[in-house]
Amino acid sequence: MIEPLWEVFVRSRRGLSHTHVGSLHAPDATMALRNARDVYTRRQEGVSIWVVRAADITASSPDEKDEFFDPAGDKVYRHPTFYQVPEGVEHL
Amino acid sequence: MNDLFVYTLRLGDDALISAQRTAEWIAAAPQLEEDVALGNIGLDQLGQARSLLQYAGSLDGRTEDDLAYFRDEREFLNAQLCELPNGDFGFAMARLLYFATYQHLLYDELRSSADETLAGVAGKAVKEVAYHVDHAMQWVLRLGDGTEESHRRMQAGLDALWPYTAELFESDPLVQRLPVAVDPSTLHDAWLERVLAVIDESTCERPSSSYQHTGGRLGRHTEHMGYLLAELQHVARSHPGATW
Amino acid sequence: MDFQATIDADGRIEPRDAMPDGYRKTLIRQIAQHAHSEIIGMQPEGNWISRAPSLRRKAILMAKVQDEAGHGLYLYAAAETLGVDRADLLDLLHSGRQKYSSIFNYPTLTWADIGAIGWLVDGAAIVNQVPLCRCSYGPYARAMVRVCKEESFHQRQGFEILYTLCNGTPEQKAMAQDALDRWWWPSLMMFGPPDTASTHSEQSMAWGIKRHSNDELRQRFVDMTVPQADVLGLRVPDDGLVYEDGHYRFTEPDYTELYDVVKGNGPCNQQRLAHRVKAHEDGAWVREAAAAYAAKKEARAA
Repeated sequence: MIEPLWEVFVRSRRGLSHTHVGSLHAPDATMALRNARDVYTRRQEGVSIWVVRAADITASSPDEKDEFFDPAGDKVYRHPTFYQVPEGVEHL
Repeated sequence: MNDLFVYTLRLGDDALISAQRTAEWIAAAPQLEEDVALGNIGLDQLGQARSLLQYAGSLDGRTEDDLAYFRDEREFLNAQLCELPNGDFGFAMARLLYFATYQHLLYDELRSSADETLAGVAGKAVKEVAYHVDHAMQWVLRLGDGTEESHRRMQAGLDALWPYTAELFESDPLVQRLPVAVDPSTLHDAWLERVLAVIDESTCERPSSSYQHTGGRLGRHTEHMGYLLAELQHVARSHPGATW
Repeated sequence: MDFQATIDADGRIEPRDAMPDGYRKTLIRQIAQHAHSEIIGMQPEGNWISRAPSLRRKAILMAKVQDEAGHGLYLYAAAETLGVDRADLLDLLHSGRQKYSSIFNYPTLTWADIGAIGWLVDGAAIVNQVPLCRCSYGPYARAMVRVCKEESFHQRQGFEILYTLCNGTPEQKAMAQDALDRWWWPSLMMFGPPDTASTHSEQSMAWGIKRHSNDELRQRFVDMTVPQADVLGLRVPDDGLVYEDGHYRFTEPDYTELYDVVKGNGPCNQQRLAHRVKAHEDGAWVREAAAAYAAKKEARAA
């Protein structure tokens, strides 16, 4: 009998996003959350934890990499460095 | 010996002897995640023991290690519940449920003790043991309402330890006359309510034994205590006066 | 970018990328063996928690052994990203089909051994592990970053134990020397067979799994450790030790012993594995109960 795998995300401090830190096995969500607390925050690494059943994650596949991510590559206008700011203008 | 010293020692010895037993689970738990969880619980218990033994020691000029390593069995004042050998995991979780629920109620009261040190230790520990209670509860529910075998084992653990629970709540002249102490008898009703609620939800039967063991607070222990102390103390006692 | 181009550019391979079968298999074997070493490694130190000679030492040791369980967990998780299941890897360990580091097949006989393990064994492990933080496989590299960060206290606490013993009573100092005498050679063997006899090294280097040869790492360890032994006032048990051109030349350990221990003939092979298997088997009913409970809850919710 195999216990499901859970992916663990920890918010390391207020103001930051939850970040993936690893995974663990647990029979259910309640225990997964508790195990995550014990395993991944032994050194006060977190203020909030998410656990997600690994099987419930839909991931983009590496084969789709090109159509998924390349189109974003030419949209340089999404990045602030794309724009020229006249000398002397501040707080922009 | 003064009352405050004896009272602090009772609390400290409960924590120390519990830590010693909890630590035996490390590298022997049912799954890796549980090795880590029990490690945290054991470290919390040991941390409480150290704070309490340091405080007790400060009252009569001894160190935490003098008290842990160089007292004989009859001078240890922990409840017998804490010293019983680790049985199976069901037994361990039954003990943790009984003990941590008691500790939680106790520390919660002790937070408002007029003794600042005891209040400080209790304030930190109450958060730790709240987690222990939760951990024990999660497992009692799962084992009680899991498989036929786990139900049988959980019931056996709850039953076997029940006769060692009343000792936690014994009142005596010392706790009655020491103003900074919590009289544990005042915690019993709340304890019973909480513990029975978990047992009911776990589909186990409420333990029915009415016989209750006693003696730990007077330094009268089970036969197991001597072996526990032999292991705990032998290196330190083989090198008297040494620093580690 | 294809696999080889990523490797050549010193990039990282991630779980769902295409990768050669040999790369995947090598990684599974290495990460699993590493994970097994962490959890078997809990035993030689774990059996001293109950006997630690001060409460401070007891707390430190408990935290350290607990960390090792955590590190085993991180590493199994990294292995699982390659499409294997932890339960299957544990079965391979329990049936003796996958190995763990032979160092843990030596017994811890005195309290000084706990110091020696921290100083020498964790010291050697750090030398081995730091380059793995740059391993080409992302999840393994990330797990190692976490492990290395947490292990920084492990070696120090070991050195501190020995330093205290060496500045203690004559009996304590003798205990420390005895521990160094017994752990020195096995520690040198932790870097594996000499480069001339190492079977997996070349391919692993090409794949960016391994960054330095066994002998390079061994030399680095000796250079780092010998001056520390001087600080302790302990004698490294090697008559051939000389300082020359910025390095300590040392006598090669007797690798026939290493091969013997790998084959299962070390002092504690059977004991370590039996303890591990017993814990696993004793826990089976607990794991089954938790799964049954979860299934019941799910059925009730549906």
